[in-house]
Amino acid sequence: MAHARLSPRQYLILGLVSVCTPLGDSCLSRGMAHLPPITLAHPFPLIAAVFTPWIILGIALLIGYFASYLTALSWADLSFVMPAAGFGNVVIALLSHFWLHETISLERWAGIVLITIGVGFVAQGPSLTEKPAPVAASIQDEVAPQ
Amino acid sequence: MTLPFSALQPGFWAAAAMIAAIVLCSTAGEVLTAAAMKSIGDIDEIRARLGLKGAIRAVVTCPFFFLGVFFLALAFFSLLFSVNHMPVSFVAPASASLTLVTNAIAAKFFLHENVDRRRWSAAVLVCIGVYFLAH
Repeated sequence: MAHARLSPRQYLILGLVSVCTPLGDSCLSRGMAHLPPITLAHPFPLIAAVFTPWIILGIALLIGYFASYLTALSWADLSFVMPAAGFGNVVIALLSHFWLHETISLERWAGIVLITIGVGFVAQGPSLTEKPAPVAASIQDEVAPQ
Repeated sequence: MTLPFSALQPGFWAAAAMIAAIVLCSTAGEVLTAAAMKSIGDIDEIRARLGLKGAIRAVVTCPFFFLGVFFLALAFFSLLFSVNHMPVSFVAPASASLTLVTNAIAAKFFLHENVDRRRWSAAVLVCIGVYFLAH
């Protein structure tokens, strides 16, 4: 049974969906930056890249993302999970500001505010579309001659 | 590494094709996996009833799941290919923000989700926010 309101555990799973993606992407980027340019004519280095440490870490984080993402999709709509997952960008930006002391421009603060408002919007609503019960079929059963 | 933001600049269509490949593959993959998970039901309840093995069996025996994973794998390799040619600070937010909108459209028409004004507003706000955050 899916729930329209989320439990703390379900919020935690949505948080994992949010945070694992940007961290995984950053690891992939760092891993791919050390490789020579890959072309469609010679795609084999792309397969070899999968076995380098940064790519492995990136893949591990993305597997964590995928497991929590599948769990979230089993009790929430795709159009609910996707905007909520966008909150990860805000988490990474705030971590880089307060932990790594990076400067955040006015444009980025605007982005943070917009994403926060967007996630707030979607989080206020139900997480799952209620499908109507097959009323017509049950009525037909009731009125059918015995 | 400079980015070709005008259609007249060389490399614009290649960049657009790379982003489009990521967006289309990930949208197809996400809609198919969402359909698979909806058909399976609440995975927490399945795990409580049948244990972790039962939950994993329920997921991996669903054909939609594998089709979804296939498209998500295509999206992943498209992303790897793209970040090798363009900066990740452009590729990741551009594909992520466009995917939000295409997912909302696909969720409405293929999954018959109730994408109301609240969800549209959220998708558009997060999409613009991701774009700003990348600059």
